Amino acid sequence: MLTVLRCGPQALVQDRGRPGYAHLGVPPSGALDLPALEHANRLVGNPESAAGIEALLGGIALRAGSPCMVAVTGAVADLSTGAWGAAVRLAVGDVLRVGTPTRGLRCYLAVSGGLAVPAALGSRSTDVLSGLGPAPLSAGDVLPLGSQGTMSARPPAGEAPTQQDPPAPVLELPVLLGPRDDWFHEPAVQLATGQWTVSPAGNRIGVRLHGTCLHRAQHLRDVELPTEPVVTGAVQVPPSGQPVIFLNDHPTTGGYPVVGVVPPQALPALAQARPGVTVRLAPATAVR
Amino acid sequence: MLDCGPDAVLIEVHSLAEVAAVRAAVLAAAPGYVVDVVPAARTVLVRCTPGTSLATIRELVAQLRLDTVVAPAGRSVTIPVIYDGPDLELVAATAGLTVKEVIELHTSTTYTVAFCGFAPGFGYLTGLPEPLRQARLDTPRPTVPTGAVGLAGPYTGVYPRSTPGGWRLLGRTPAVLFDSARPQPALLTPGDQVRFEARPC
Repeated sequence: MLTVLRCGPQALVQDRGRPGYAHLGVPPSGALDLPALEHANRLVGNPESAAGIEALLGGIALRAGSPCMVAVTGAVADLSTGAWGAAVRLAVGDVLRVGTPTRGLRCYLAVSGGLAVPAALGSRSTDVLSGLGPAPLSAGDVLPLGSQGTMSARPPAGEAPTQQDPPAPVLELPVLLGPRDDWFHEPAVQLATGQWTVSPAGNRIGVRLHGTCLHRAQHLRDVELPTEPVVTGAVQVPPSGQPVIFLNDHPTTGGYPVVGVVPPQALPALAQARPGVTVRLAPATAVR
Repeated sequence: MLDCGPDAVLIEVHSLAEVAAVRAAVLAAAPGYVVDVVPAARTVLVRCTPGTSLATIRELVAQLRLDTVVAPAGRSVTIPVIYDGPDLELVAATAGLTVKEVIELHTSTTYTVAFCGFAPGFGYLTGLPEPLRQARLDTPRPTVPTGAVGLAGPYTGVYPRSTPGGWRLLGRTPAVLFDSARPQPALLTPGDQVRFEARPC
């Protein structure tokens, strides 16, 4: 087991989420930088689907109550064990302290056996919109671990400790136009010529962008859109014109038009974008 | 059909009956690559596993035979309500009725769960009698009680949790709208038939 000694701004249990319940109003949830969690799981010999910890701005400290392997990926932070991006063995009583990353936003911590906290609708992910799943972590929490298989689990052959790529000065996100691009005046031009920064007001529900206002087509200025389903990555434009890009804990329906959708493979980089990062949106039409 | 990212299409239809028919047809076809079939007021979203081509999804939808599919009958659900909500008199005044008449009207109808959204277990119920189709509150409440029963526009519904809410509130129910530990977590799912029953305060 692991005991939480302290948390940074927010530490949540996350796995691959609970897709498939949107018709009941349940968001898909799951780790925002899923490749980072999956990598951490592989490093400690877990299935990629095992539950780990998503630590916003790091800052978490844990004490091992049993021998285990841990790995930290995602945003690069100093570790008391020294080896970010690699599997480290902890003995009973050993403490792992994760520092605050200076680049990137979310650290991912996996432990051998995975976190064996109770699941809701088949997933151990915390959904901050609906409250499903485990409560956010706090000091004093004791986290049970699943069976660890062989303690001699080694990182898969060929997967050495990695370094995170330095982030580009401007985060450029592809946006597949639709379903309501026709609600906007020249949507491809507005998106391509716009520029935004990541607002500090975002969270797992969505990233709020601050910058260029996106304007509707004249004849739709005061028209209301009947509420309709939305997907993760949707670029929703409220009356303010300041876009919101939905992340994993997004509401399943919405009444503001979605000008386009950021495809899933581009979302982990967005999930690691700190407030103040410059964002540009590159419109494209989906491949049929 | 509208593209909705690389793995989903949004199907536009003309009525709630068509929403139910399209959803039933996709579920009946049940291809393994469909992850979500999400109904809403005038649309149905079909979302598929990443890598499913939009062409595949569009072909599935284009081939649906809506006339051969009967949407399965939903469950019949009765929701007990204590009609002591803070907006009862507002609703009555707006409708030109007494509070007693509002309660009789609200409990006299069988509603249909058209779709869910906003929160797990929040069902949008259609079938509101005309006098009860009223606007939202000018100012939403920062929190409404768990189980609050309300109405707005063409819909009535029950808030599953204490959340912000802008609907006019008629009362509250002790029924649990969503419990992830239940075999059927949501009390109200699309297609269910719902009645409200007045209980003493």
